[in-house]
Amino acid sequence: MNARLRWRKLVSAFMLTMTGVCAAVAVSVLFFILGYLVFHGGRSINWDFFTKLPTPVGETGGGMANAIVGSAKLLFLASLFGVPIGFFGAIYLAEFSGTKTAFVVRYAADLLNGVPSIVIGIFAYALVVLPFKHFSAYAGGFALGVMMIPITLRSTEEFLLGVPNNLREAAMALGASKWKTIATVIVPAAYRGILTSVLLAFARVAGETAPLLFTAFGNRYWSPGFNQPIESLPHMVYIYAISPYEDWQRQAWAAGLVLLGLILMVNIVARFILARGVAVQRS
Amino acid sequence: MTVNLTPTTIGTPNRETAAPAPVRMSIAKVNFYYGTKQTLFDINMTVAANRVTALIGPSGCGKSTLLRTFNRMHETVRNARLEGEILLDGQNIISQDVTLLRRRVGMVFQRPNPFPKSIFDNVAYGPKINGAKEPIADIVERSLRRAALWDEVKDHLHKSAYELSGGQQQRLCIARGLAVEPEVLLLDEPCSALDPISTAKIEELLVQLKDSCTIAIVTHNMQQAARVSDFTAFLLVGQLVEFNPTPHLFTTPADPRTEAYITGRFG
Repeated sequence: MNARLRWRKLVSAFMLTMTGVCAAVAVSVLFFILGYLVFHGGRSINWDFFTKLPTPVGETGGGMANAIVGSAKLLFLASLFGVPIGFFGAIYLAEFSGTKTAFVVRYAADLLNGVPSIVIGIFAYALVVLPFKHFSAYAGGFALGVMMIPITLRSTEEFLLGVPNNLREAAMALGASKWKTIATVIVPAAYRGILTSVLLAFARVAGETAPLLFTAFGNRYWSPGFNQPIESLPHMVYIYAISPYEDWQRQAWAAGLVLLGLILMVNIVARFILARGVAVQRS
Repeated sequence: MTVNLTPTTIGTPNRETAAPAPVRMSIAKVNFYYGTKQTLFDINMTVAANRVTALIGPSGCGKSTLLRTFNRMHETVRNARLEGEILLDGQNIISQDVTLLRRRVGMVFQRPNPFPKSIFDNVAYGPKINGAKEPIADIVERSLRRAALWDEVKDHLHKSAYELSGGQQQRLCIARGLAVEPEVLLLDEPCSALDPISTAKIEELLVQLKDSCTIAIVTHNMQQAARVSDFTAFLLVGQLVEFNPTPHLFTTPADPRTEAYITGRFG
């Protein structure tokens, strides 16, 4: 009896330690990456990094101004394409569609969310790059936008469904049409959640490289307008990190740090918006 | 079913005014279905102008369903189907534009449901979406006064409606409904989530509102029906058992089932 009890306590202590260690590893991976990035990238971040173009091979110095602006342009196009489709699709799902349609659309959105990003890149290549016969910011923005659709759609729908039905009834009992109810009551009541989900979708695609490889392609110079090949930060990390030049590798770390900093910032802003309180009273 | 009135005027003496009240709404041969399940059976009754009409009955008797047909709120539920005729000032409500109808027949719900907006914006919502000509601030003040809430909120109109107490929120919802100047105000158990003091305030308010508005109220509280209403309809499993002037129904019920219910033998 005593031996069994000791054995049980031993197993318990072992399991507790193991789960604790696993939890600690899970958390520390993030801090490890962060620390590594700050250590390597921090030394290479300077004013030039944000303001200068990449230098030709063999010359040290230079920066990634074109990639930073390029990423901003790509994300702008992606949001312009992906967010409205996800948002209005979610309104249809939450407010109008029958349960069967909603099930099919939801399932399709979840599948689309699971499609490897490189496959979405090929899709954009076939649909936008081939007909125009050249790489462009449009193609890259389209690929990223496609990735934003299911994320925006699913989470916006969740937040719309979270608005209590009695608010819909209240508006309609005052003579508001269905559309007016959605525009003036439902969406304002859910706007915090919707904004958060859009920001999270934005942060999710900001770091994508694969869909940009053969859509935006990359560009070592400024890319005027949206119709030419364009550089982006994640792509720059990829090119510079596998290069044989030490100066480029150093800059790849810096680019990684800037990218991660941007994504972390968006994430924190999103959490902050959501945490500022629930807009709707639960009764 | 026992009905003690004529189709056009209700001649039975009322507690406060002996004058007959014209009919605002008349309900004829109403049957109601959720899918294949029938929940209302051949309802015939009237709602007298500038009077309070109460619908009472045990849970699930169909009183809320009946009330919701008066401004077609039942249409927000899938598979709901209405048969029969409901007239508002002599015109069938089914053939009217539903948004215009709901401006004329407002509704206050069981649980206070203010919008997540300021007190002012809650009351201003109806006039704004319906394009009021009068200055919005005037409408808001008048509606809050009519709902006996003005003195309590006049100094913080721009605070969130959620900062009000439950009873205040419900009076805000009444003010919001009054702001579009409805001819009829429907109330679906407006006091069931409130404490006795808030309930008393709302009951007092209903009696005052009669001058300018016609009221139909669903309540599971018989004392409330007796206190505020002029006419009472008693429903049981989807059937209208008795519809009579309130004092009449509560003192000399015509139907034995009504008597059983009001004396507390069931329900």
